[in-house]
Amino acid sequence: MTDIQAGTEAAAAAASTSAQVPAIELDGVVKEYVAHGEVVQAVKGVTLTITEGEFFSLLGPSGCGKTTTMRMIAGFEDPSRGTVRLHGQDVTDVPPNKRDVNMVFQSYALFPHMNVWENVAFGLRRKKIGEAEIKRRVGEMLEIVALTGREKRRPREMSGGQQQRVALARALVNKPRALLLDEPLGALDLKLRQAMQIELKRIQREVGITFVYVTHDQSEALTMSDRIAVMNDGLVEQLASPREIYESPSTAFVAGFIGTSNLLSGTVDRIVSGSAVLRLGQEGRVLVAGDGFQVADPVAVTVRPEKITISTEEPTGDLSVVPGIVSEVVYLGLYNSYAVSLADGAEVTVFQQNALDSTSTAERGDAVWLSWQPRHSYAIGS
Amino acid sequence: MKRLAPYLLILPGGLWLAIFLVVPMVFMASVSTQEGDVVNGFVQTFNFSVYGDALVQYRTQFLRSAGYGLVATVVSIALAYPMAYWIAFKGGPRKSTYLLLVLLPFFVSFVLRTVSWKFLLADDGMLLSPLKSIGLVPGDFHVLQTTAAVIGGLVYNYLPFMILPIYVALERVDPRVVEAAQDLYAARREAFTKVVLPLSLPGVFAGVLMTFVPMTADYVNAGILGGPENTMIGNIIQTEYLVNNDYPTAAALSFTLMAAMLVGIFAYAKALGTENVLEAAAR
Ligand SMILES: Nc1ncnc2c1ncn2[C@@H]1O[C@H](COP(=O)(O)OP(=O)(O)OP(=O)(O)O)[C@@H](O)[C@H]1O
Ligand SMILES: [Mg+2]
Repeated sequence: MTDIQAGTEAAAAAASTSAQVPAIELDGVVKEYVAHGEVVQAVKGVTLTITEGEFFSLLGPSGCGKTTTMRMIAGFEDPSRGTVRLHGQDVTDVPPNKRDVNMVFQSYALFPHMNVWENVAFGLRRKKIGEAEIKRRVGEMLEIVALTGREKRRPREMSGGQQQRVALARALVNKPRALLLDEPLGALDLKLRQAMQIELKRIQREVGITFVYVTHDQSEALTMSDRIAVMNDGLVEQLASPREIYESPSTAFVAGFIGTSNLLSGTVDRIVSGSAVLRLGQEGRVLVAGDGFQVADPVAVTVRPEKITISTEEPTGDLSVVPGIVSEVVYLGLYNSYAVSLADGAEVTVFQQNALDSTSTAERGDAVWLSWQPRHSYAIGS
Repeated sequence: MKRLAPYLLILPGGLWLAIFLVVPMVFMASVSTQEGDVVNGFVQTFNFSVYGDALVQYRTQFLRSAGYGLVATVVSIALAYPMAYWIAFKGGPRKSTYLLLVLLPFFVSFVLRTVSWKFLLADDGMLLSPLKSIGLVPGDFHVLQTTAAVIGGLVYNYLPFMILPIYVALERVDPRVVEAAQDLYAARREAFTKVVLPLSLPGVFAGVLMTFVPMTADYVNAGILGGPENTMIGNIIQTEYLVNNDYPTAAALSFTLMAAMLVGIFAYAKALGTENVLEAAAR
């Protein structure tokens, strides 16, 4: 059994006795900067709880405050308001070197004047750990990230992926109780990136510590995370599991940001036990679950492109049905992507698997019916 | 043609050096071994003994120059490093203004600046006479004509050459790397000694090269601010040449000084080369 596993088991035992103290808690955290005499709110009030051992992602577009939020957890920025707690302890005023979390920087920030071994040993040296134990732990860590034999290399003599692994090893070797990763794969090409995603996930399972992962790549967040906080403009829009965020986005922003999504707007036509029937144009009707609808209310709903079926004849049954004209067909190998114009001018994207059935082979200019199960569309608040 | 292109790039500079550095040096080397005087002219006799004689005669001034240069270099580092650090890390958007301020003295003639120090620091000058009249310093206290005045002048005149390379090195230190050190449990002081300082040493190294050589060879500061006890080798060369018209001795002294400094610099570079320093600092 490796040392790291032993450490994790001890941590897990400690966690179970202390009745699930959350690893990281942000409570009403606000960060304001003064730039050119103007106050800019980078983070506008974030409250969230990250549990021990979780793979937690902060996802959002550029400039939404992900890095700022993470830097407040690490201690590089003082929150303007609110508190940061690590393992139940208020650390709002604790400097970064006294916090038991480690960060993997977006640009790696390796020490350019030290070789791989010295880089990885840096944290242990500062903690005044014995030379023999440093040797053992660094060697073990380099093995985990597959860099054994490269100890004497300088960072600039290594590829991007290798540097990334050094950065990871340099943080993990200290057995922090949480690891913060700020777009650690941002600089890598697609192939290496996917390989590193799998690698990161494996390491996280192996060492079992909390990962807080910042990314603006939604597929990365969806595949790796236990839970995701989708951020926009300094606020958390939705905090849920990847599936939940993908299947039932709670705001128009989340729906638009995650995957491809169609946004349709209609008015409530009638209410039937726990759901509403919306009218879209002359012939379109969309069923949407939920209460609190009022007849004649305008309502926006989302539906994913792969949930829609295209057919040339009007479908029957308890489906949402909207007519339209095919304006574009793009062959994408496994599936076709259709752009369908609705009567009100809105354009709907539909993904249809190839060679499924003959009804789905529509051509440009065809009048078609789009249909989907009511459970695949969600009304969203604006 | 293609392969010649790189050499074409160094052609103008190379020619410049050849004409204005190598030619005079060859000429001076030839002068150094000639014998004679200004009135009757000098004749080439390959008299190499002038080197030994000059070295023996002006040993004191040689050693003094090296000593002054060394002390002034150390003082310069002590003054320049914090200043460069402050500009690089705390200068904010006004960095270039501060750098301009550092360079401001260069807009005034070197000699004029040094002469103005002479007025300021004179025994009954603006600084000392009020201090003497209120009895804060004894009546026979003086600043000029002391070792301190000469070294002070050297430091003052060459400080920007120390500040600039250190500033450039510090400016290139990625702030994320400093944060990474703090994240890995280094207190502020450790983050400085383990990361910032080693990464800025190449700048200190360059600053030393740029100041030690001209300070050791300087004659203006010793000439204006110093007394007979502070004569540096530069002053001797100047006197031999312009006053005594002993061209061979002046040339021999110049070459000896040059050789000594080249040897010193090479030894310094070898011992404290960038790689060695970084290697040591990594631990
Ligand atoms: N030191 C600062 N001074 C002023 N404004 C800042 C500062 N740091 C960040 N900001 C602003 O705060 C907002 C959030 O920045 P942040 O770096 O957290 O974004 P991000 O979500 O990490 O973006 P990215 O994906 O591009 O890295 C941005 O609008 C940014 O301009
Ligand atoms: Mg960022």
